[in-house]
Amino acid sequence: MKLQVSHSPHVRDKATTQSIMLDVIIALLPATFAGWYYFGIRAVLVTLVSVVSCLIFEYISRRVMKRNNTLYDLSAAVTGLLLAMNLPVTIPIYMVVIGACFAIVVVKQMFGGIGNNFVNPAIAARIFLVIAFPKAMTSWTIHSGAWYSFKSVDAVSSATPLTSLGASNEPSLWSLFIGDKAGCIGEVCILALLIGALYLMFRHVIRPWIPAAFIGTFFILVFFFGHTNVLHFTGDLTTSSGWEMLFHECLYMLLSGGLILGAFFMATDYVTSPLTVKGKLIFGAGCGILTFLIRYYGNMAEGVSFSILLMNILTPHIDEWTMGKPFGEVKENAKA
Amino acid sequence: MPLRSIHAFTGGVHPLGNKNTDVLPSIHLHGFREVELLMQQHIGPPCTCVVHPGDHVDVGTMVGRADKPMAVPVHSSISGTVKEVHYVVSANGAPVEAVRIESDLKHTISPFCRPPKVESFEDFIQMIRDSGLVGLGGAAFPTYIKLNPPKNKMPDTLIVNAAECEPYITADYRQICEHPDDIIDGILCVMKWLEIPTTIIGVEDNKPLVTRIFSHEIKKRVFKTGRHPDIEVRTLKTIYPQGAEKMLIYTLTGRKVPPGKLPIDVHTLVMNVSTLRFIGLYLKEGVPLTRKRMTLDGSALNTPGNFIVPIGARIQDIIEAAGGTREEPKKIIMGGAMMGVALDRIDHGIIKANNAILVFGSEETTLPPESPCIRCGRCVASCPMDLIPCGIDKATRLRDPQMLEKYHVMDCIECGCCTYACPSKRFLTQSIKNGKIMVRAERARIQQEQKLLAESEQKGGSSS
Repeated sequence: MKLQVSHSPHVRDKATTQSIMLDVIIALLPATFAGWYYFGIRAVLVTLVSVVSCLIFEYISRRVMKRNNTLYDLSAAVTGLLLAMNLPVTIPIYMVVIGACFAIVVVKQMFGGIGNNFVNPAIAARIFLVIAFPKAMTSWTIHSGAWYSFKSVDAVSSATPLTSLGASNEPSLWSLFIGDKAGCIGEVCILALLIGALYLMFRHVIRPWIPAAFIGTFFILVFFFGHTNVLHFTGDLTTSSGWEMLFHECLYMLLSGGLILGAFFMATDYVTSPLTVKGKLIFGAGCGILTFLIRYYGNMAEGVSFSILLMNILTPHIDEWTMGKPFGEVKENAKA
Repeated sequence: MPLRSIHAFTGGVHPLGNKNTDVLPSIHLHGFREVELLMQQHIGPPCTCVVHPGDHVDVGTMVGRADKPMAVPVHSSISGTVKEVHYVVSANGAPVEAVRIESDLKHTISPFCRPPKVESFEDFIQMIRDSGLVGLGGAAFPTYIKLNPPKNKMPDTLIVNAAECEPYITADYRQICEHPDDIIDGILCVMKWLEIPTTIIGVEDNKPLVTRIFSHEIKKRVFKTGRHPDIEVRTLKTIYPQGAEKMLIYTLTGRKVPPGKLPIDVHTLVMNVSTLRFIGLYLKEGVPLTRKRMTLDGSALNTPGNFIVPIGARIQDIIEAAGGTREEPKKIIMGGAMMGVALDRIDHGIIKANNAILVFGSEETTLPPESPCIRCGRCVASCPMDLIPCGIDKATRLRDPQMLEKYHVMDCIECGCCTYACPSKRFLTQSIKNGKIMVRAERARIQQEQKLLAESEQKGGSSS
């Protein structure tokens, strides 16, 4: 009789790395479909190129490094999908491939593959593209041509909502919420993103700490230190329009740009965020503060990716600072 | 209605209960041809073997005498002839002296076994030691040591562990269903001699029957004696590891046992229901610990159930006597699915603390390959001791004792929650155990170094 000998425990939870990644992909699908709906068939092309090239680069780099094939854990597919969601629809296809190459080969595999990258590959690739091709990465469009048209000239160039706050062409909060605005493929439809985020929380893939701290901090900062902040507010709070004026900028800022996508799907990346609840709250708050500073005082319209990247780098230190005491330790110290 | 406990520890996991055998009455298994009694069935030094090949023994005859402190005697579980006294490899891999006894199938009980007379606390402790009792929940800590705390640390609360949070195991559950009166007798005896004012019985809320049985039994005592026995039943949240000593104390009393300390340091005594039942039974019958109720479960078995078997019976014989297997076992576990030991061979004799044998067939036997840690934090969230298992794992792999100490590796209770929860299927518990060995070696090395240093300084001082 041949008996298997292994260390306890002898029963395991059903969740695997693969099932978690599959959940993330499922959660991203509503926003992806919404992006396709708003930006037409070229958005489908950008998404597919991004995902497929990420998978190919993952396969090739694992082969070259003589390591086992990790396509099945689906992490490369998640990176590809997230990268595509962070790109404007008008981006030339070769740039998508370059971005995928940077994300997988440089950021992920050169540091040891899944679990060892110190920053989020999709965010690093997006920032790499923003710096390398600033023009292509910041020409936002509202797609107005036929949905089947591949040509980006059909699209009408438009300012991102972040730069048009207070301008005459400022979009309404509702259109920001459902995604009828200029922006990257995956970030426009807040409704779809929230559905995906709820799914992830329901499946216990992510916990609400990082998004809550991120969005909450950002909201409070805009509320107190935004352009129409509560400290210098002169409107009449006895009418509903006064309240609307007070909160308009906060909500506008939440719903535009990549904040929701970043807070729920990028900042919560396991590998590059802290382990403990306390650490997660600090991480989220740091992201919120940096996003506020970059959006209001930086020379770039969008600050979400930079803030997440910077906090990613701080993650090992946050983990160090927030390492708690074991069960029972506190009481002993209190007695002594 | 029993009170619900208000405290809750953080962490824990929810493995499938698999309490398939909880409605099946326990069955006595007889007719074992031979038993193999280990001379060390407890935490502490081994016993001295006092029988020789050819000697005749009865049920309850002492075969291992406890000479050293912390040792607990071992008694024969069958009547028959001693065949061999030799060294065997125990289930956890250590060599230990063992006595092989061939049965005469008569099951004669030793004439020296009679109900003990207890007149003082010293009598009580001697009685517990003579009975061969160890903690039957699985830890096998000598009960007579536990019941004899230093005088400045007398317990004010007795906690009865009826949580039984391990999957599959229902031996305690059946014990409670079948012998609640003995359990209460045992509790009252311990309360009397240790002058403990209150007792709390902790029961997981997925076992409402147990709560009812205890409440009923306590009511019966009230009618019989006219006063309440100061025993209270409280329900606990069903979560693994609810039955772990430190977790149980915290949930029931709000007291936290500091790392490296014992429950008695927070004036609490925790005892398993089966241990207490044995005390109750021993007071009546006087037969030492020679039989053990255990759960046999797993998909490879024909008839899972609870069985009362003589200590020392070989696992293969028990499986055979309990109905045999319907497929070739792929994995045999001594103990529960979360903390048990997987066996490499099945001719081990069972020891006092064993409470289950799980015989897994191919459907339950899986060993998924390890993949890299994705830092999802599930191990951190599931750790009841608030440790960072993935960090300890990393430190172990780096062979870095300083880093291991920084992560408080020695505080791990090895409950297995982290490994259960890990989506990358990493052997975190195993890694942590290895880490503990590294830390112990490092501490010993430092101690040795300091000793040598002190010696050389002394020498240097004398020569100059």
